[in-house]
Amino acid sequence: MKTRRLDNYGKINRDKILSFRWDKKNYKGFEGDTLASALLANNIGIVGRSFKYHRPRGIFSSGVEESGALVTIGSKDRRDPNVRATTQELYNGLEASGQNAFPNVNFDLAGINNYLGRFFAAGFYYKTFMGIPPFEWGRGTAIWMFFEKFIRKAAGMGSASELPDPDSYEHAHDFCDLIVVGSGPAGVAAAIEAVEKKLDVILVEQDSLVGGDQLAENNFDNSQIKNQLENLGIKIMTRTTAFGLYDNCVVGLLERVTDHISAPNVNIPRQRFWTIRAKHIIVGAGAIERHIAFNNNDIPGVMTVNASKHYLNRYGVLTGKRIAIATNNDSVYETAQQLSEAGANVTVLDSRTNFEIETNKSFEIRKGYVPYNINGSKKIHSLDISKSEDMNKFETLNCDQVLLSGGWSPAVHLLSHRGVKPKWDYNNACFLPTDTKENITMVGSSRGLWNKNDCIASGIAGTTDALNRLGISKTNYFFPKPGGWKNPIQPLYEVKYKKSRPKSFVDYQHDVTTDDVRLAHREGFISVEHLKRYTTLGMANDQGKMGNIIGLSLMAELLNKEIPEVGTTVFRPPYTPVSIGALSGRNVGKHFRPLRVTPMHQWNIGHGAKMIEVGLYQRPWYYPKENETLSESYIREASTVRKTVGICDVTSLGKISIQGPDSTEFLNRIYSNGFSKLQVGKARYGIMLRDDGIVMDDGTSWRLAENEYFMTTSTGEAAKVMSWLEELLQTRWTDLNVNVTSVSEQWAGVSVAGPKSREVLNNCLDDSLVITNNNLPFMGVTSTFLKGNIPCRIARISFSGELAFEVYVKSDFANTMMDLLWENAKKYDGCLYGLEALGALRVEKGHVTAAELDGRVTIDDAGLSKMASTKKSYIGSAMRKRGVLKNNDREILVGFFPTNLKETFNAGTIVCEKNNIKGQGIGRITSVTYSPELGHWIGLGFVKGGLDKWKDTNLVGADPVRNKQMNLKVVSPHMIDPKGERMYA
Amino acid sequence: MIRINCPYCGERDHSEFSYGGDATINYPSLDASEKEWTEAIFFRKNIKGFQFETWHHSNGCRMWLVVERSTVTHEIKSVKPCNPNLQKVVENNK
Repeated sequence: MKTRRLDNYGKINRDKILSFRWDKKNYKGFEGDTLASALLANNIGIVGRSFKYHRPRGIFSSGVEESGALVTIGSKDRRDPNVRATTQELYNGLEASGQNAFPNVNFDLAGINNYLGRFFAAGFYYKTFMGIPPFEWGRGTAIWMFFEKFIRKAAGMGSASELPDPDSYEHAHDFCDLIVVGSGPAGVAAAIEAVEKKLDVILVEQDSLVGGDQLAENNFDNSQIKNQLENLGIKIMTRTTAFGLYDNCVVGLLERVTDHISAPNVNIPRQRFWTIRAKHIIVGAGAIERHIAFNNNDIPGVMTVNASKHYLNRYGVLTGKRIAIATNNDSVYETAQQLSEAGANVTVLDSRTNFEIETNKSFEIRKGYVPYNINGSKKIHSLDISKSEDMNKFETLNCDQVLLSGGWSPAVHLLSHRGVKPKWDYNNACFLPTDTKENITMVGSSRGLWNKNDCIASGIAGTTDALNRLGISKTNYFFPKPGGWKNPIQPLYEVKYKKSRPKSFVDYQHDVTTDDVRLAHREGFISVEHLKRYTTLGMANDQGKMGNIIGLSLMAELLNKEIPEVGTTVFRPPYTPVSIGALSGRNVGKHFRPLRVTPMHQWNIGHGAKMIEVGLYQRPWYYPKENETLSESYIREASTVRKTVGICDVTSLGKISIQGPDSTEFLNRIYSNGFSKLQVGKARYGIMLRDDGIVMDDGTSWRLAENEYFMTTSTGEAAKVMSWLEELLQTRWTDLNVNVTSVSEQWAGVSVAGPKSREVLNNCLDDSLVITNNNLPFMGVTSTFLKGNIPCRIARISFSGELAFEVYVKSDFANTMMDLLWENAKKYDGCLYGLEALGALRVEKGHVTAAELDGRVTIDDAGLSKMASTKKSYIGSAMRKRGVLKNNDREILVGFFPTNLKETFNAGTIVCEKNNIKGQGIGRITSVTYSPELGHWIGLGFVKGGLDKWKDTNLVGADPVRNKQMNLKVVSPHMIDPKGERMYA
Repeated sequence: MIRINCPYCGERDHSEFSYGGDATINYPSLDASEKEWTEAIFFRKNIKGFQFETWHHSNGCRMWLVVERSTVTHEIKSVKPCNPNLQKVVENNK
């Protein structure tokens, strides 16, 4: 087929030929082409199939508003769906394909949907698959559930790659006095004015070239403007979209760094996500040309008028030979003249009857005519036209292209992000931006100015406005009045089709027709927000940039109202799609969130530890020997602790140093149990409540000296407890002389637990007398030295229920401590144990952790009523028995055994009475483990009324998620050594 | 995209801070009644306009601050330490 490229037109570089693949065939284009212009030049009309009806679709525009030419770029792990061919720059080797079609866009089997149109009207899916009366009652959801997976498969456009993204992305920040969005005449004038007034200016342009709509002018030289701007010291960011405006003059930008390069340097990010903080924002985002709704207005070959001017003058492509232009305004005549000069046979249909326009008479103007129907399916054969005043007379115009201009919509999107509502302007038939108190100024055609000189004047006025608002100058200024055409625009949104079921598209991308809008209205969706959601008008990734106004006008007509009374939907960020990769930046993989490791992390791994995440921490999970599984390993570890001795890294616990003369009073207020009589050299387990009486955290505090304590918290709540203590001291109790310091990173801690733990530790200490039962009784604390003169703190604390010690050294000595302890533990056939074994040991003892203390549990629920002092007031004491917290049927901590001891259960199991297995039951299992000591599975959890109420009753554990059910009995949570004889040994 | 002018560290991005809550509550004494505590904990005004709220400079100097912020525009009128003793120090250093 012959190319449509013209020799003397365009700013493409014809010395540089680029080859690319479209739907598995090879084609050629030039440097400076977009994929769309290259496809048009190669005479490819159909580039995709539509969303619902699978109708052939072509290229509608030359920019970001594109709603037809959505294609997939790349393959395998670089497959990028729904890319606008109109903004994708061509590069050598580019691979692209059409979407939503099988086997291809030219012959698509699902094209049959076009003839089943009545089934795909607005709300079809909801109505049909939610159930058909009279069978819908109670069954609707089930029917939907059944059909949903088929519908989901049929819906949607391109499909994303399921492979990991091989590209890198980054986040960047910048600051400036003034950011100008858009490099059209207005934006450039504003930037130059600002830099001359000594402002630091950033100019942002989504295109690869500066110039805005001027790029569609034959004699426009963009490099000259670019040089001028750069010489003035303006920072120009091309291929960068300002996708959103945020509080305090913050602009979100997406810079496409390598999307136009065939083999990008792997060390350069594909895209950059910018956050720029300016003192003032000037938006010159331009305006977007609208189409007109009439039958078959989507046949490939339909395009906006301005797009054809871009293809002609920027890319040297003449998009049609016999061109019909349908319009209601003056903006098309320059284009019509240029198209006809370039060799096309042009006819302009202007809906207006009474107007004067100067042309060179090289083309025909048919005043008072509107487009009625396009004949053709895969390409345009002819256009039926009608007189706008007499819709009964038709003529047929032979043509291969129909260009539309239904008026222009200023791009007010960015201002709308700030909650500023645009105002309808009757004279120009468009929404215009309104003023805001924020430092944002709209300039150029995004404030409704249609000619270049007005745009330039508005740019200068915009900068003067900025200077005044920033207090730099006090200069009078005025903006040109909106408009600028010689003849007024005549509103024209739809040409009604007289036969039934027209395919007059309002929203091309979501296949929303004028009929859909009328149907929605008939069914009662009269608010514009409801209309939008029911018909999905404007909800595709073009966000209705071309078609929204047509939808509004139809709704206004149906409601017998004016467009401003119907209102407009609010535009929200992003202006154009932003990839997830850019949003996440470098926060992927291991950098998804910070990683915390203990100082003996490498030591643990070197000794065979498998790790698990606890909050941000990596903790040893289990230490498998040879081929041991997790369960084999933790059962061996837990048994070893009970039999001889085990060593466990507990460094991740929060550690807080509390110092000052009022430290004891402070602890007495924050813990529910008394601390006033704790002696120096002793530790105490304590529970903290929240203001509302619920348990916040538990831990120990060690009295190191008269006015100094060492507090430990749980791993997960460490940061929260630290903030809480600071809040109390800085806001409520500013009279207390207490200082709190986080020392979590400064100390490395291990638990040495088991009947042989004292012997092991003895061998590691300089002075073994320190830890005899007399010198260091249960809950005793001492500061001493490990062999090698290593200072350490030891507390006789037990989480496992065995004789146990927590040993802390400065973090730098962590590995030395581990070597020393491990060397000696091995002599007693000891083991290293991880979190899984620690969990087993504590569940056997009925000790609670975050799984139980989940923010809903009171101190009484946890069976720890003895820890609530009656002799003092403390945080939460007034509230812990309020209202529902004092009910008798609260869920109380208990232990669970399976009735058949061979059975297992999982955490999350719901506990029910027999014969009443439903809903939330009477309780829940929160932690489970195999108990090596007891020889069967055990659990901890909660049940209404507690042990006293259920101890002799057979209950049922329901686990519907895993499709399991078992009989349970309730036991005391203290399943092993309830009197604690081992701990005190 | 709020920025808070920390009296100790200077103007910083809000991502360095954690939000606290209503800064105007007078917490009752620990031995006060359940009723007084209920009032202090659960009842809040839903202010449109400027309100006093606490923020914690959790990734900075760890100071708790009283911030006077508009719930409509995010404009910040004043920032002070919560602790009146620190407030005096800040005032004296001005």
